[in-house]
Amino acid sequence: MAGKTLYDKLWDAHVVRDNGDGTALLYIDRHLVHEVTSPQAFEGLRIAGRKPWRVDANLATPDHNVPTTTKERHSGVEGIVDPISRLQVETLDQNCEEFGITEFKMNDIRQGIVHVIGPEEGATLPGMTVVCGDSHTSTHGAFGALAFGIGTSEVEHTLATQCLVQKKSRAMLVSVDGKAPEGVTAKDIVLAVIGKIGTAGGTGFAIEFGGEAIRDLSIEGRMTLCNMAIEAGARAGMVAVDEKTIDYVKGRPYAPKEEYWEQAVADWQTLHSDTDAQFDEVVHIDATALKPQVTWGTSPEMVVDVSSKVPDPASIDDSVKSDGMKKALAYMGLEANTPITDITVDKVFIGSCTNSRIEDMRAAATVAKGRKVADNIKLAMVVPGSGLVKQQAEEEGLDKIFVEAGFEWREPGCSMCLAMNADRLEPGERCASTSNRNFEGRQGQGGRTHLVSPAMAAAAAIAGHFIDVQDL
Amino acid sequence: MDKFTTFTGIVAPMDRPNVDTDAIIPKQFLKSIKRSGFGPNLFDEWRYLDHGEPGMDNSNRPLNSDFVLNQERYTGAQVLLARENFGCGSSREHAPWALEDFGFKVIIAPSFADIFFNNSFKNGLLPIILDADVVDALFKEVEATPGYSLKVDLENQTISKPNGNDISFDIDEFRKYRLINGLDDIGLTLQQVDDIKAYEAKRKQQAPWLF
Ligand code: SF4
Repeated sequence: MAGKTLYDKLWDAHVVRDNGDGTALLYIDRHLVHEVTSPQAFEGLRIAGRKPWRVDANLATPDHNVPTTTKERHSGVEGIVDPISRLQVETLDQNCEEFGITEFKMNDIRQGIVHVIGPEEGATLPGMTVVCGDSHTSTHGAFGALAFGIGTSEVEHTLATQCLVQKKSRAMLVSVDGKAPEGVTAKDIVLAVIGKIGTAGGTGFAIEFGGEAIRDLSIEGRMTLCNMAIEAGARAGMVAVDEKTIDYVKGRPYAPKEEYWEQAVADWQTLHSDTDAQFDEVVHIDATALKPQVTWGTSPEMVVDVSSKVPDPASIDDSVKSDGMKKALAYMGLEANTPITDITVDKVFIGSCTNSRIEDMRAAATVAKGRKVADNIKLAMVVPGSGLVKQQAEEEGLDKIFVEAGFEWREPGCSMCLAMNADRLEPGERCASTSNRNFEGRQGQGGRTHLVSPAMAAAAAIAGHFIDVQDL
Repeated sequence: MDKFTTFTGIVAPMDRPNVDTDAIIPKQFLKSIKRSGFGPNLFDEWRYLDHGEPGMDNSNRPLNSDFVLNQERYTGAQVLLARENFGCGSSREHAPWALEDFGFKVIIAPSFADIFFNNSFKNGLLPIILDADVVDALFKEVEATPGYSLKVDLENQTISKPNGNDISFDIDEFRKYRLINGLDDIGLTLQQVDDIKAYEAKRKQQAPWLF
């Protein structure tokens, strides 16, 4: 019998009941909750007179709607200017109180983007099933966990039953072989993967990332990688557990305590695909050939090396594809064959659940240090992923580096990743962004988003246009 | 949830790949704490010429006459014909809520994003996957024929064209059963309380740090 993939192991350990038709009732170990996708689920519980099955498996925080300017933030929930955003944050507070769910409220130091705080608190552990009403829940797969986004009906289902009916995906291995060159980060790797397999390439699959370049990544880098598995169409992305994973988890507030630690570690050390495991599909990427990546269009698969040019739809035979490219270029206000380094930007956003952890802050600060944001940049903002990331960065003096260079240093939240709060692009504005989606209107109606790594975003802020961070 | 019954509906074509959930329902409408009333803001940025915000009177807003759903021939459409990777992007269930509230019952595409696909079933919206060339042929027919409708029969898993030809489609049995009977998922799972408790007891032994 062939060995098991990591995905098989995680799946098998959580089957409550196999329905015999490829679906199973799966047990959920951790449910993360935020204000946008939960109100209707709590409402559903109330209407049906149901209670959460296991209150302590839930952890909540508001992140999408919270203001990031210090003044508005410090005036508390009542001070949120947009009344509809305020209502959503208040509703989360009330629901958590009513149902007894732990919540890191808006001005709690532990508050932050849900996908940053789960791992930070050790609430995400190897071997767990982790769900959240948010597609970027795939992030948590970096720990050798099975983590995936769910809709609001499933949020309610998880609250009520601690289980979900799921269909088993097929298993894909994306092996990133060899060492990535200097300047190539986890973000560049994952953008290159999406560029290769396409935004639907992972549909129906759970992706395991492996290979030397992945083993070389830090845990935070692996989170960036798994975060964007969903942009490749895969509901879940994952990386096998190794010593780095275990070191990262150790001592965090929700991590296993002394009495269980050894037992947990022994269990976690089995969380990798067996050498004879069979994947349904295997994709190889040569890490040694990679360069920093920049998206040029309105889908994350529309991506090229910083040293390339904007592609030409005329060179594509497939008419659906070339029409899509034309629409994207029109929206982005770009001409085919323009060198990427000739594209000037108006705003720079460093943040989001993809790239707002301490290592991301450090990478951007290293580029910003002793330099100045270019005159054509209207706004360059750095938004840490959580209160604790912010605190750590300030202890290291990173906030000063940013402010001296002309960046704004903000309070933690999703911010301009999706512009549900006041942070957004104006029509036609072009942004170098470390977030994960360059969809039309994502960062504000008519806004034009180019996805890049934190170092590349900082470099664009300094140069005023895209540039290989190595050439700055 | 309403039971899904056989119906015949006008087909509207959405001729672009990778239609994402931000396009289906822009994020400002996600601030609602309700699950209904999203229909008027379906495809808001494509459908109207001005910028939409929650609470606006949508009946007075300037329409983009080029947008497909604003064309008279597609009024009352219940079937949306789409290209590959429809519904990619976020997990927001507001996307199927908006489509359903607008009046769609079925979406046909060569492929769907996973979470969107899953969410649709929870809301009585049936996503049907057909081969890309079959979808392509449908696009041509719909665009050439004003008033083009399809009959969708879930029980028999067929779509009937106006010329009488049938196309059959696949759907997993459990999902079909739930749609046809309009069943509540949570109620079904709670029939397995004993299994869940037994699992928890066993797991507590193996991995006590999880509890
Ligand atoms: S940072 Fe962006 S992608 Fe991440 S959870 Fe927030 S809105 Fe979603």
